[in-house]
Amino acid sequence: MQPPEPGAEGRLAENILYFARALRAAGIPVGPGAVLDALEAVKAAGIGTKQDFYWTLHAVFVKRHEHTILFDQAFRLFFRRRGLVEQLMATMLPQVKPPGADDKPKPAAQRIQDALFANLDKEREEKRETELDARLTVSDREVLQRKDFAQMTAAEIAAAKDAISRMVLSLDAVKTRRLTPHRHGHVMDLRRTLRASMKGGGQLIDLKYLGPKTKLPPIVALLDISGSMSQYTRLFLHFLHAVTDARKRVHTFLFGTRLTNVTRAITARDPDEALAAVSAGVVDWSGGTRIATSLHDFNKQWARRVLGQGAIVLLFTDGLERDGDDTLAFEMDRLHRSCRHLVWLNPLLRFDGFEARAKGIRAMLPHVDEFRPIHNLENVADLCRALSSHERSSRDPKAWLRQVA
Amino acid sequence: MRCRPHRLPIRLGVLLVTSSTALHSAPASIDATLELLAGADYLADRSLATVLFLALRMGRPLFLEGEAGVGKTEIAKVLSQTLGRRLIRLQCYEGLDVSAAVYEWNYAGQMIAIRLAEAEGTGDRERIEHDIFSDRFLIKRPLLQALEPDTAGAPVLLIDELDRTDEAFEAFLLEVLADYQVTIPELGTIRAEHPPIVIITSNRTREIHDALKRRCLYHWVGYPSAERELAIVRAKVPRIAETLSVQIVHFVQALRREDLFKAPGVAETLDWATALSELDVVALDPATVSDTLGVLLKYQDDIARLDDGKVKSLLDEVKAELRAAE
Repeated sequence: MQPPEPGAEGRLAENILYFARALRAAGIPVGPGAVLDALEAVKAAGIGTKQDFYWTLHAVFVKRHEHTILFDQAFRLFFRRRGLVEQLMATMLPQVKPPGADDKPKPAAQRIQDALFANLDKEREEKRETELDARLTVSDREVLQRKDFAQMTAAEIAAAKDAISRMVLSLDAVKTRRLTPHRHGHVMDLRRTLRASMKGGGQLIDLKYLGPKTKLPPIVALLDISGSMSQYTRLFLHFLHAVTDARKRVHTFLFGTRLTNVTRAITARDPDEALAAVSAGVVDWSGGTRIATSLHDFNKQWARRVLGQGAIVLLFTDGLERDGDDTLAFEMDRLHRSCRHLVWLNPLLRFDGFEARAKGIRAMLPHVDEFRPIHNLENVADLCRALSSHERSSRDPKAWLRQVA
Repeated sequence: MRCRPHRLPIRLGVLLVTSSTALHSAPASIDATLELLAGADYLADRSLATVLFLALRMGRPLFLEGEAGVGKTEIAKVLSQTLGRRLIRLQCYEGLDVSAAVYEWNYAGQMIAIRLAEAEGTGDRERIEHDIFSDRFLIKRPLLQALEPDTAGAPVLLIDELDRTDEAFEAFLLEVLADYQVTIPELGTIRAEHPPIVIITSNRTREIHDALKRRCLYHWVGYPSAERELAIVRAKVPRIAETLSVQIVHFVQALRREDLFKAPGVAETLDWATALSELDVVALDPATVSDTLGVLLKYQDDIARLDDGKVKSLLDEVKAELRAAE
């Protein structure tokens, strides 16, 4: 750090301003108000040691525990030497590319193309499907590559959006402990009663009631992005984007060999932007699967933070676990006991002769509330129907176990 | 009810003498803050003292997040004690609403007032309405109480475990935390003359919205280092044997490095230290640890993971580490 000489308030303000910009580039949301706050805070605390200066800025700029790491790096780099801001931005965020380096097609480009050449597109789409089929093998190594899956066609988006708008999850509303005005409620609403009686000058007292309020429970989606699922992930992500758009509390996690929280990335308004942001944040695309390890990470790091208030967990995976040991059953049990309702969506169920023989599937099945198929991967409408289907036989996980036993 | 014209903000503090605030003024520097906390046996690290000092100095709410049992709530208690301020605690829970957190009208009293006015035949409708929605029938809940002036200085407002409420309540807090004011439709806006010292805690069972965090100074309260935890144990459990306290702290620190569902917090360390000193234990042995593990670990999975063999090897590790340090 360069301790600004006393009286050089202008330099200090400037430094803090640049530092705030560096933080913003690193992904910490820092508003202009925070810069003013920081200046006030530094003036209040005085600049004593480097440590005090560090924690003073930390107090103002950091609003989330996970931002501490970013802040720490930025602080070290920024205040070691001046003029490092550009390098700092380049080293801290791999997804920030210098302008001109981006040779991939822009996410929205595909949709414009679709609009212009609607007919020509069909052939190409089929071609792409066959390309994807070649990827069905589970690679043993973690494939540390970024796969651009933001190129969804306009027709697909339209179909998905359309289908999802018609979607009704059967277990939607949960009762909360909050009360709301209710015609046949069980608690008298004195506040409203009195106000209403004042209307008539207090002559008549018309009793008003309160009843329990219902609200949509949070949804937590755990999406397997390993090689064997690669045909479905793009579709599922679009589905999750639409769900996130429509409801407030949706958390999305992707897992292959490691767990990634993409909740923030997926909230972008435009599906293209959202999916591009998601793919930028994931490193283990189309690699192997470690379901047990990923679930363990989720249980440990996130379960307590996102599974409160009666959450529904949607687990998208084929259950083909690479590490075959008992931990999978243990972690599934833990997950099942931490949430209100656990739904397993398994694309393998589209095969008519599916039987729960694989070890991973047998380990997971006893711990889910519902086991649902996703028959047709080309059609999101089918996925939605699967989500709200009421067929007991396909839903009850125990039926699948009995069938094999 | 008809729409009433909004009245001017009522300044509750105007009539009261406000000179006594100087008695227990906020600390003047980060070092003074550390000393102040240490005076009440709260041994904070410098980062926490810095953010607390800034919160007091800048008049901002302090948002503390961290695992259960690391001393978040304790800070508010210590502050109220050392600064001699009143502690007003709002324990959050699901379904917390305005009538439990801010204000409620005394309906029974209002009903009687209406009946009396009718019986006497005095007063028109306007008059009755004005009378029954007055200060006399207002029941003040924690948030409103915190805005009231206090002879000992502005109170400490502890909003505990905010993550237990829903988003609707959070949105309501925005007005209170940004401007230290509350709006009651029938009365108008009530603003605090001297803003309270606000401490908000969260166990992070859900994310608190950024809009609320933006108005606060944020700090993550982590587990203390071994030295600081030892000092805390010695300050809080004074009659504990010297070697035992060292062993306890290092065992707990080793336990936190294990892959547990819920690592023990400082509160658990203190409970364990108290329990062991009550049992007149002078040094840790595997049997004692296994018998009292329930004080430290609260999940059956975690307890099952630490079987006798595991406890013994962990204890041997700790003892070897301590011998090496000597």
